Amino acid sequence: MERILFGDNQFFAVNHISDEKSRAQSIRFKDDAAIVRTLDYAMEAGINTFMCTTHERIGNICDIIRANPQKYKNFKIYPCMPYAHKYANAVTELGIVGTLKQYVPGNFFGSLFKGGVAFLSKDFLKIMELLIDSEMIMFKGIDTPVIFLQNVVTDLLLGLGMKDILKGFHDYVKKKYNAEPGYITMNMPKMLDLLEGAGIENPIICASINKAGFRMSGGKAVYEETLNTRNFRPIAMQVLGGGAISPKDALEYVCSFPKIESILFGASSKGNIDDTVSKIQMFDGKRLER
Amino acid sequence: MGISHLAILGAHPDVSIVGVCDTSKMVTDVLTKYSGYNCFSDYLQMVDKVKPDAVFIAVPTKVHARFITDMLKRGIHVFSEKPFCLSPAEGEPLVKLAKEKNLVNQVGYHNKFIGTFNEVKKIMDSGALGDIHHFVAESYGPVVIRKKQETWRSDPAEGGGCLMDYASHVVDLLNYLLSPVEEVLASKLQPIFSNQVEDAVYAMLKLNNGVNGILSVNWSDETHRKMTTSVTFYGTKGKIISDANELKVYFTHDEVPDGYSKGWTVKYVTDLTDQVDFYLRGEEYSAQIDYFINAILGKVKNNINTFESAWITDKSLSLIRQKAS
Repeated sequence: MERILFGDNQFFAVNHISDEKSRAQSIRFKDDAAIVRTLDYAMEAGINTFMCTTHERIGNICDIIRANPQKYKNFKIYPCMPYAHKYANAVTELGIVGTLKQYVPGNFFGSLFKGGVAFLSKDFLKIMELLIDSEMIMFKGIDTPVIFLQNVVTDLLLGLGMKDILKGFHDYVKKKYNAEPGYITMNMPKMLDLLEGAGIENPIICASINKAGFRMSGGKAVYEETLNTRNFRPIAMQVLGGGAISPKDALEYVCSFPKIESILFGASSKGNIDDTVSKIQMFDGKRLER
Repeated sequence: MGISHLAILGAHPDVSIVGVCDTSKMVTDVLTKYSGYNCFSDYLQMVDKVKPDAVFIAVPTKVHARFITDMLKRGIHVFSEKPFCLSPAEGEPLVKLAKEKNLVNQVGYHNKFIGTFNEVKKIMDSGALGDIHHFVAESYGPVVIRKKQETWRSDPAEGGGCLMDYASHVVDLLNYLLSPVEEVLASKLQPIFSNQVEDAVYAMLKLNNGVNGILSVNWSDETHRKMTTSVTFYGTKGKIISDANELKVYFTHDEVPDGYSKGWTVKYVTDLTDQVDFYLRGEEYSAQIDYFINAILGKVKNNINTFESAWITDKSLSLIRQKAS
């Protein structure tokens, strides 16, 4: 994985501290061209990995990437699935079965539910595989070396203790897409325990890691201990703690953990992108000198 | 079916899940196989067999009263999803029964566990805003953004519609932060895409403390990525605007609470939120469950989101509906 990964929250009006800022972002990135321009700034700053949700607009960005193979020849996408709001809205509207009927491709469901055929729980992993395939369609032809499960799903499965499903995701992503599975979570230490319990060694885990302790469930101390003593490949996200910490202090903190493999951040302006990249490089340089 | 509640409870160190009940065989099959839970399709059979200390009820509102009564009669502590009941008449005996039986009772109005709204409460109670003379309470979000398949949420007899399902949150917040609704001066329940229920609620309210204000709720607004609730309070010495993320306060004077000053002060939820042990979709969801569990364990008083407070909200909702018809 590259040291710096570029995120997509800013493109889809995800802002953890201000609805006003969220609306301003929604207006700013109304056109796909504005997203592509910002990705250009990231590439100019040396970032070649875009970690993004499977939001329908990412499909448009993928079309642009495929249409410009020379420009994007080293460009990678780390898909994060599912785009939860799509399913959450569908479940409210159609119920669980209705949602699966809508999103699981092919006739699988037609035959499964026809004539009151009982649902077999062993089919659940098969359904998950079909849903993964459906989410991956938009990335066809694009390099996707790591595929993530979003925290809304991983943390739900964590709470329910469904480690076999996380293992099912792991196995399928490796087998079908020849990619590394990754897990986004707001409960990093507990997630690592569960994944290890499922027999998954050295997993890629993307979690909130920041000086403010924001969204570090169970507390900063247990996160720091996990980072210093356990065997996994952490990606730090929400490094600015939702804006609570100055960028300098924030980046100095995450760069101080040798275990953290990558840092994920999103920004809208060229100035902020360049500034963040140069600060990470500076603090990495300082750590290596020591 | 309350899958998020179940996951938060599943991760809770003080809780053992002794039974799960759902009418969908698909859901119980998956929970049996992958979580190892003891699953049922009949809730009475479940509680009589596994004898739980407490039950979480996340079912359509129309059966809240029956389910809750059955639990209270068996001496079981109850957390119910909101709104409390279909009508104040239905809820009143439950408030009494929970008190008589001395059982912990809570309803899932999670806004009271959000840092910004609690900070608003502190400022309101301090009196630093002077006399409050007006409020605006709003909620917007993208629940029904086109004509679509009907579910129980689109049936008024089952507790569906924007008033019960959506506006209840902000009405309850208003009851908590300022005062319960005394009179509805005007109200309009507006369908936009739905056939049988309203998709928006607009009302002018008079509260018990005499303050008048405006309620504006619309669940057919796709300009919001998710539900956005905000309150604005106008006082003789200042003003507060707050949503779940950001709190903006303006004081006209210097005698202000600690951490504030004359003119504008802005605070963010990130500075006002306590860490939770397990996070799923928002700190407030874990915090309200922690609170319920701690109330059962006797570590906190059972005085936030009680049946009684949710019943007062039901009364407010009922007044809004009456005025509209």
